[in-house]
Amino acid sequence: MSEAFIHLADVRKVFKSRKEEFLAVSEVTFDVQAGELVSLVGPSGCGKTTILKILAGIHSYEGGTVRIGSKESPFDPSKDIGIVFQQPLLLKWRKVLKNVLLPAEILGLPHKESLERAHYLLEMVGLQGFEDKYPHELSGGMQQRTAIARALIHDPKLVLMDEPFGALDALTREKMNLELLRIWRESQKTILFVTHGIQEAVFLGTRVIVLTSSPARMADNISIDLPYPRTLDMKTHEEFGKYTRHLYKHLGMEVGNSDKSGEKSAIK
Amino acid sequence: MNDISKQVRRYGWIILIHLGVVIIWYLWVSISKVPDYVMPSPIATILSLGEDYGWIHNTYVTAVEVFGGYFLAVVAGVSMALIFNWFQLMEKMFMPLVVSLNMIPKVALGPLFIVWLSYGIGPNMLISFSICFLPILLTMERGLREADPDLLDLVRTLRASRWQIFTKIQLPGSLPYLFSGMKVAVILAVAGAIVGEFIASSEGLGYLMMQVQVTMDTAAMFMAVLLITAIGVVLYGIVLLLEYFFLGYGPNEI
Repeated sequence: MSEAFIHLADVRKVFKSRKEEFLAVSEVTFDVQAGELVSLVGPSGCGKTTILKILAGIHSYEGGTVRIGSKESPFDPSKDIGIVFQQPLLLKWRKVLKNVLLPAEILGLPHKESLERAHYLLEMVGLQGFEDKYPHELSGGMQQRTAIARALIHDPKLVLMDEPFGALDALTREKMNLELLRIWRESQKTILFVTHGIQEAVFLGTRVIVLTSSPARMADNISIDLPYPRTLDMKTHEEFGKYTRHLYKHLGMEVGNSDKSGEKSAIK
Repeated sequence: MNDISKQVRRYGWIILIHLGVVIIWYLWVSISKVPDYVMPSPIATILSLGEDYGWIHNTYVTAVEVFGGYFLAVVAGVSMALIFNWFQLMEKMFMPLVVSLNMIPKVALGPLFIVWLSYGIGPNMLISFSICFLPILLTMERGLREADPDLLDLVRTLRASRWQIFTKIQLPGSLPYLFSGMKVAVILAVAGAIVGEFIASSEGLGYLMMQVQVTMDTAAMFMAVLLITAIGVVLYGIVLLLEYFFLGYGPNEI
């Protein structure tokens, strides 16, 4: 196997406030191969977002190594990273098309090519015909699709997604999961997908990396050997259940426990 | 087509309601026994325009003071907000000073301005400026800080320059705030100019009101108030037009 696309080893991140130090990320080690879709899953506040921000170069880190790209294919963080956050963060005074073009404008990419690519991407995310709408005229799911198109406009090698569907309702979320898988296959990007939904993590990922909070550490790194293209049907398969059970266990949520506590509270 | 009829209906209502108030005013004055010098009728008020009070000149003078003071306040307020935003140290040092200076009742400064600057259009413009400057500064300053931190992170990973962040994100994002401040400032600008004229002046609608008060020409005072209001309405209308231009659904290229 060739050199990994992303290589993290023993990464530590400490947030310092005046009074105390807070260890946000501790000894995180993992590799991501080019073209993978890796889910990072864990409870809120466990440092998933911090890891993404370290990879994006937004946060510094105190120890360990972070390497993206290789000698053969060098990586330029300013041009090769696309980001999607939980909120679409669209500019409300810009129409959809102009929102998608924002990174291209900032990077000074040639306008004509960017425009063509924007149209292509909007078609890919299923928003053809909505180029001239303002964000507030779109549904939440459509806004997030716009944000995904925006993250891809400059053809980045790596797409970082921080709970991109966390603010959507359950049905839209499942639909967006399928869409994302299709976009991933069409665009052949490497995607790092942060979520606290275990089902979502398994359903999407070629691999799932599990993080635990306090101490913020890596708990597991399993590859999901379910075939692509994945269908919602697979969520009912035994194989899928095995993975999710395994992950629940790792996050300290024994399957069956919640049922008992549910009974107790019902008796109260 | 539908849009136009909607608009006509909307403005129709606005005109109708205003007319209604005038009619109630007229009826009240003619039915009740309120003396003319206390409450003139709408007709007497309009007729007072026939008196030789230099209406056009005085209205012009007050309008210059209001528009001038307001324009200065917008320029100064926006530029100071930009400076504060770009140089955080400046903000830390001078923002508290600006706020405490603002606590001075500007009306109380009127007599001082007259000592320092003599009286006339200039000092009145200055009072108008000083009174309506702060809401513009504060709202603009707040608007510039409004950009979502995650969005800023996003464009910073793209190595956006400070100028790009400013022109593409901060400035357009601050406009709704600026316009709300500018709307509040309209009323203050008018009040400031009139107060200046009350304290000392030899022309303007405020000056005229002080003059006709002596002769109890209430109808002329009413007319002056209406004209002052009209100046404010025109300025407000301009601000609304600008707001529609920048924030409406028309040309949205900022």
